[in-house]
Amino acid sequence: MGSAAASRRAAGLGLAIIAAGGLVACSSSSGGDGAPATAGQASAGGTYTIWDPYPQHDKSSDWVKLLESCGTQAGVTVERTAFDTTDLTNKSLLAAQQGNAPDVLIIDNPVISTLAEAGVLTTTEESRLDTSAIAPNLLAAGQIGGKTYGVPIGANTLALYYNKDLLKKAGVDITSVKDWASLTAALAKVKAAGKKGITFSAIGTEEGSFQFLPWYWGSGANLTKLDSPEGVSAVALWADWLKKGYAPNSVINNTQTTSWQEFAGGDFAFAENGTWQLAAAAKLKFGHGTIPVPAKAGGTAPAPTGGEFVAMPVQKDTARYATSQKLVTCLTSTANSLATTTALSYVAPTEEVRTEQVAKNPDLKVWVEAVGAAKGRTSDDLGTKYPKISEPMWGAVQAALSGSKSPQQAMAEAQAAAAGATQ
Amino acid sequence: MNRATRAPARPAARPGAGSGPGRAAPAARPRSGQWAAWAFLAPVVVYLLVFYAYPLYRNVELSLRDYTVRSFVQGDAPFTGLANYAKIAGDPAFGPALWHTVVFTVVSLACQFVIGLALAVFFAKNFRLSATLRALFLVPWLLPLIVSASTWSWMLNSDAGVVNAVLGAFGAGPVHWLTSPDWSLWSVTIANIWIGVPFNLVVLYSGLRAIDPVIYEAAALDGATGWTRFRTITFPLLRPVSAITLLLGLVYTLKVFDIIWIMTKGGPSGSSTTFATWSYRLGFGNLLPAFGPGAAVGNLLILTALAFGLVYIRLQRRQARS
Repeated sequence: MGSAAASRRAAGLGLAIIAAGGLVACSSSSGGDGAPATAGQASAGGTYTIWDPYPQHDKSSDWVKLLESCGTQAGVTVERTAFDTTDLTNKSLLAAQQGNAPDVLIIDNPVISTLAEAGVLTTTEESRLDTSAIAPNLLAAGQIGGKTYGVPIGANTLALYYNKDLLKKAGVDITSVKDWASLTAALAKVKAAGKKGITFSAIGTEEGSFQFLPWYWGSGANLTKLDSPEGVSAVALWADWLKKGYAPNSVINNTQTTSWQEFAGGDFAFAENGTWQLAAAAKLKFGHGTIPVPAKAGGTAPAPTGGEFVAMPVQKDTARYATSQKLVTCLTSTANSLATTTALSYVAPTEEVRTEQVAKNPDLKVWVEAVGAAKGRTSDDLGTKYPKISEPMWGAVQAALSGSKSPQQAMAEAQAAAAGATQ
Repeated sequence: MNRATRAPARPAARPGAGSGPGRAAPAARPRSGQWAAWAFLAPVVVYLLVFYAYPLYRNVELSLRDYTVRSFVQGDAPFTGLANYAKIAGDPAFGPALWHTVVFTVVSLACQFVIGLALAVFFAKNFRLSATLRALFLVPWLLPLIVSASTWSWMLNSDAGVVNAVLGAFGAGPVHWLTSPDWSLWSVTIANIWIGVPFNLVVLYSGLRAIDPVIYEAAALDGATGWTRFRTITFPLLRPVSAITLLLGLVYTLKVFDIIWIMTKGGPSGSSTTFATWSYRLGFGNLLPAFGPGAAVGNLLILTALAFGLVYIRLQRRQARS
């Protein structure tokens, strides 16, 4: 704007050249000023940047207040920027490429392996972060090749919400739902009563894989072999529900949010959804409850862990790590973890804090159990192989649900694609 | 940019065809003014370089190197020539994506043009309230794409959508508009046609207004009315405007991404994936971005648009010569 107005006023070459020169000067100074300015500030406390994927929490929220108080304790000013979850991965990669990564990065757990692979993150050895109290099944998502690249801030996972009123009318006893067969029988009863069975999200993105995994793992299948009989049986379960009308066809295009809206409408008996809907669940106009996703042969199926890790990206100025470490520790320490996880409505990553959480809110018990059984998507040392398996998998689920391929054929082709991509 | 300024320069150089900004450029100027000229040019040149040339160059470079997340950050990706292009051409998703892109573009363009032209001819008669009605037809164009695409996606929902409710009222079974591989591509095409009609209407309408009414009067004296009048006068005289409408429509349609992504994410299982959504999926739609192949698909789109742009310029030159 300024330079455009200036050049319009310019009567001759002089001003125009200055304007053009100004552009260059501007860009070079903005590239160079990062290091000296922050170094200068660091000596006087300074500003530390934090990026998080929680744009829903604004300045007045408990979460941002917590960040600020952590900054005050560490004697620095915290500058927080919130991004959309999907945006944050690319933003972080670009920032690392440009050498201006944030001091503290709070990022979705399956992305940790990608960023670690890119060499963007410090290991907990370098950053001196303490992870000893963290539940191993959560920490595993951030571990690649024996190294740990961050600390889980909290976890959420999936379970089945159910509509108490509707199940009562349909004559289904929720305690009878223990495995796939009894769940399918319950869905049949609900349909016979003229209501809809279950809703979930099978959209063609990572979200679809996230929702499918409890069933996939619950069948006993392993991500390294998509077309195992167990894996095929999980796809067949979903495809069968659609064919019989127990689940609506719209699940193929549902996000978890639209799926929740369907459930909130009151016509569905079950919905697969996450911890983050607890606040919304409290506002439902019908009686409701939660059960863990059942495994094929009974028991709790391992659901994928959701939730973020707090990580410290690599900095040129390694002197900054000491303060960043204080910030991260403040957010994840046992003393503050209850405040953090309450602010974000997560299940705590440590046993001690979980006990406190359940004492305060007994509704969380199911979720604490579900998180205890949960599994990181990038765990089992899959790391960056996971995204290459996940994409063919959600494709196969969509193909089977839409009826364009049989579950067996869809998973066999997905396995071939995944094997080709990960070799 | 360069091409766009050069194209009118040719006809301008012909005797009697317009005055000459095109002719003035190469003419020798007094030396002292030369520096001033360059200085005035500098902001534009810098702007073009920074915001057009450099991103394009980066995109080409991305597609010619083997980028992993690590080499993207460290900037040491090895040069692999056309390997990324070979990779996407050999991908099982390539054939369907190409076919979907062609169908989506051709059907969208044809329907938008025909409907737009019909409406333009209709509104050219200037009846009462025609201005108001015409303004209403512009609504799809004014709405943010996220609004129109989300609305379409709600309307076409298999279970709760209004379209299936209407079909049901007439006794027709529900159509899985967005969730059946047989329908998803048609659904996004229909939405895209709806969004593109106003543009065609506006441009073709102004083209119609530019046709001298005297010609129509002469034709009326000769007894040409209705269809004959349209076929022998309106359509031929509208040809230059039609060509630019179709070309702009083509460039726009090739890169349509938001509508498809919001409505179907290119699914189910790739059945509505075009090059634009495929490129996005490769680069940004996965936890592990594949920048190289993503950029390669994007470049194919740019090349296609460029090729049709060149065809257009050729046609224009031939027209100017004849």
